[in-house]
Amino acid sequence: MNTQQSVLSVLVGNSIGVLGRVAGLFSRRGYNIKSLNVAETEKSGLSRMTIIAEGDENEMEQVVKQLRKLYDVSEVMILQDAVCREQILIKVGNSSASRQPIIEIANLFRAKIVNVGEKELMLELTGEPEKINSFIDLLRPYRINKLVRTGISALERE
Amino acid sequence: MRNLTGADIVCECLIEQGVDTVFGYPGGAVLNIYDSLYHYKDKIRHVLTAHEQGASHAADGYARATGKTGVVIATSGPGATNLVTGIATAYMDSIPVVAITGNVGCSLLGLDSFQEVDITGITMPITKHNFIVKDVNKLADTIREAFYIANTGRKGPVLIDIPKDVTAKKADFTNKPLKPLTVSYTLHHDDCLLKAVEMIKESKKPFIYTGGGVYTEAGAKALYELCEKADAPVACSLMGQGSYDQTKSRYMGMLGMHGTKTAAQALYECDLFIGIGTRFSDRVIGNPDTFAPNAKVLHIDIDPAEINKNIKVCHQLIGDSTDIMTNLVKLLPQQEHKEWMEHINELSETYVSVQKGTAEMDLTPQHIMETLDMLTGGEALIVTEVGQAQMWAAQYYRYKHPRQLITSGGLGTMGYGLGAAYGAKCGRPEKTVINIAGDGSFHMNLNELVTLSKHNIPVIELVMNNNVLGMVRQWQRLFYDKRFSETTLDRPTDYEKLGEAFNIKTFVITKNSECEEILKQAIEISKTAPVLIEARIDRDINVLPMVPPGKSVTEPILELNIDD
Repeated sequence: MNTQQSVLSVLVGNSIGVLGRVAGLFSRRGYNIKSLNVAETEKSGLSRMTIIAEGDENEMEQVVKQLRKLYDVSEVMILQDAVCREQILIKVGNSSASRQPIIEIANLFRAKIVNVGEKELMLELTGEPEKINSFIDLLRPYRINKLVRTGISALERE
Repeated sequence: MRNLTGADIVCECLIEQGVDTVFGYPGGAVLNIYDSLYHYKDKIRHVLTAHEQGASHAADGYARATGKTGVVIATSGPGATNLVTGIATAYMDSIPVVAITGNVGCSLLGLDSFQEVDITGITMPITKHNFIVKDVNKLADTIREAFYIANTGRKGPVLIDIPKDVTAKKADFTNKPLKPLTVSYTLHHDDCLLKAVEMIKESKKPFIYTGGGVYTEAGAKALYELCEKADAPVACSLMGQGSYDQTKSRYMGMLGMHGTKTAAQALYECDLFIGIGTRFSDRVIGNPDTFAPNAKVLHIDIDPAEINKNIKVCHQLIGDSTDIMTNLVKLLPQQEHKEWMEHINELSETYVSVQKGTAEMDLTPQHIMETLDMLTGGEALIVTEVGQAQMWAAQYYRYKHPRQLITSGGLGTMGYGLGAAYGAKCGRPEKTVINIAGDGSFHMNLNELVTLSKHNIPVIELVMNNNVLGMVRQWQRLFYDKRFSETTLDRPTDYEKLGEAFNIKTFVITKNSECEEILKQAIEISKTAPVLIEARIDRDINVLPMVPPGKSVTEPILELNIDD
């Protein structure tokens, strides 16, 4: 069966070790996590995880069912039609030669320059993962010093 | 409302949950809990074991024998880690156990303090859930929730870790009524049930199979009625032994790696396979691609995650197996499969399991088990260790009731049986309880003999001594060209002296001819005192039939010559 990427939206209680329980389930059953992102929701005591998991249809069925068995997990959904966003912070070299082309790329992607240092520019961008990827590719020639991505967070459309 | 210490709250909650027996071992971090147990000793019986592992198996055996929740208490650090094998054993077989561990005080947590271990981290993958309670005000509700989790849906172990200062602090305590147990998933609305009924009606060669999920008398009754209504033969997994009365003619024997040829052949021929309360373990299905090749599979289980996990099914009913079977019985018209049932009976007569070469032997495991069956009227609780003796115990005793065979099926824990046996006996004192051990497993936890004699728990510990690690040796014979690496034990243990040292009456059986007389005496003594029996058997007896791993279940090895 074909390997596919699925976007899982998992609502969990904010209890001790909940991240460990979810991550542990993936590792011990041999499921692949591409990215995982978690933060509190509008309801106190509840957090939402967005997990990008990889596997064939059977594995995904198992992932969902096994997650539902965890005591701290109150809801698991595979998102079919969803808005997916990721944020990146990236530091690239700041020199008189590179500054202008970097600013142009930033404008093109509507990225923000959030810090300007003597040797580095820090840029921030939110968008779909593919957009983030091409942003990185375009900046590559200008010496990327460091970058951090949040991993995807997603919400289903109406 | 009373203002109680955390330790007293632990005892009060146990009583509230109907617990009257706990197994455990004291230590620094549980001093307060043991001080409280001292005051509550009229209401809670504490059984002190030789080792925490024994206590964990005892809690498990108690739960399997009674259907109640087993409770084990251990101290922090090594006390807690010694529970790990027992908890994992209970987890693999879905047994409700609540493990209570002490930990160092909250201010010492995370500092590598003396006897500190992160037991919730360690037991995360082998518990249904676990808790660390850092606030005494949350202790009572956490304990209640732990019992609820252990018993609801697919059962399993839950661990509660309590730092020492929490057991000393005080909180207000009021008794609460028990939270009703609900089945979390009930997808068997009428359409689902009717589809299953149609499948059974269409079938000409149905096969009913049960696992550890049919474990109550009500479940066994519903199963019996379903088999009658569907006019189907039945087989059970190791965990399902006793869910169907094995003295009845529909019973084909165990299914799986060491199952009967009849069950295997019927599995090949059947056109509908109904699996009830089972997770289709690899030890049962062998190669999943050749499993029931001519059949549609109907799966009935309480855990939705088991559907399509190991075997692709045609239809599923999710929920309490007793409920579902009862509903099916109501909806299903009486079926008749005369030819199929006659065929099954012919198979049973053709494939009588007799091991070649054993007729000349002085003492055989088959004879021991069949004699026990005869002497106890098939009504004893049989507990087992793991390996060849475990399989013989499953094959040659005819179980009539659920909860009658207590064995580590999923984890395969050597050293399980003795602890589980006295746990079972504490819960069902009216029953004859016999632990069937091999000499390998026996030596793993024989320290627990002292628990039998100290508390006078009248269990029969029967060691089938072949001086080898038989099951591993059997695999070495078959798959490693008879290179018996480290499986020839030949230990100098003198069982009679050992029994004497532990103050336990000991017998030695060497011949089939003396088996009945000695076992009769042992059963008589076991009404009031524990008994140790060494049964000396030949090291070359194999467990047959046997399906080589990964091979089709339908083609088991039926005969092995000892010189092969």
